Amino acid sequence: MAGATIDDAAERRRLRRLAASVVAAVAPFGVAFGAACSEAGMSLAQAVGFSTLVFTGGSQFAAVTVLADGGAAVAAVTAGVLLSLRSLAYGVVMAPVLDGPRWWRALSAQLMIDESTAVGTASDDPALRRYGYFAAGLGVFVVWNLTTIIGAVAFGDAVDLILRLGIDATIPAAFLGLVWPRLADDEQRRIAALGAVIAFLLVPVVPAGVPIVAAALAVVIVKPWAATPTVESAPPAGEGL
Amino acid sequence: MTVWLTLLSLAGITYLFKAAGPVVLGGRELPPLVVRLADLLPAPLLAALVVVATFTDAGSWTLDARAVGLVVAAVALWRKAPFVVVVILAAASTALVRALGG
Repeated sequence: MAGATIDDAAERRRLRRLAASVVAAVAPFGVAFGAACSEAGMSLAQAVGFSTLVFTGGSQFAAVTVLADGGAAVAAVTAGVLLSLRSLAYGVVMAPVLDGPRWWRALSAQLMIDESTAVGTASDDPALRRYGYFAAGLGVFVVWNLTTIIGAVAFGDAVDLILRLGIDATIPAAFLGLVWPRLADDEQRRIAALGAVIAFLLVPVVPAGVPIVAAALAVVIVKPWAATPTVESAPPAGEGL
Repeated sequence: MTVWLTLLSLAGITYLFKAAGPVVLGGRELPPLVVRLADLLPAPLLAALVVVATFTDAGSWTLDARAVGLVVAAVALWRKAPFVVVVILAAASTALVRALGG
């Protein structure tokens, strides 16, 4: 059993390193989010409210981007919701290892994000999966909120400074970074390109936020209702998120 | 008011998505269409956000320094640069173009 314990410690160290790297990666994104909130005229409480209560990077950015362009709450929420739909799938993947009383599972679920699921599925052992989930989830939660505060405070009311430092350009760059791994897949690349075209063409003719929501329609070209072998053959544990 | 309404509604719905698995489903499988949509939707939405945040401003098409930042970010991603580097390079190149009067 001693050997197993040493392996276990090494495996935990590997997961902590993995978690640390994803935590470091979200830091500039958090600053950009805080700055985007300031730019949109939001208070510090609202910026932090998004980062603690919504706590889903892409959704937060989408909603704030729509609001900043003068979009309605319905459009902002819809854009955010479409981007957080994948949390549903993550929840199913992580559910088997998030045990304990219902209140504890409910609390743990707030950490259900890309990073915690990625690190949480980076090992086979249930205890290690749980360890990875919390290491990445808690790490990102703390750093995401701290960097949101830094972004909101350092760039609060400083639209001029945001433009001078090119902070506004970090938002599309961050979105591009998020979509990039998906572009390696032919199907994903096609719907991404179509979504971009739909949104671009609609911007001058429909209210703010609608173009982003409308981009979701691009998925019809791959007929998602038809069963596909790739999804059907995927293991229930959901490797390769 | 619009901000708080957006914030709380989005937080509520997003939380339902996050908690459905661990609290309600307990590991049961989702309908294949939901799984498939969850996999497909991020790509067109993120691509749309990239385009809208780069090439439009207050409801009109624009071409400015942000485009340079995006191209630089794409090159950095293609060269497999870490996320932090991508974001910093995008900001720095946009700032440079603006400083030069672009």
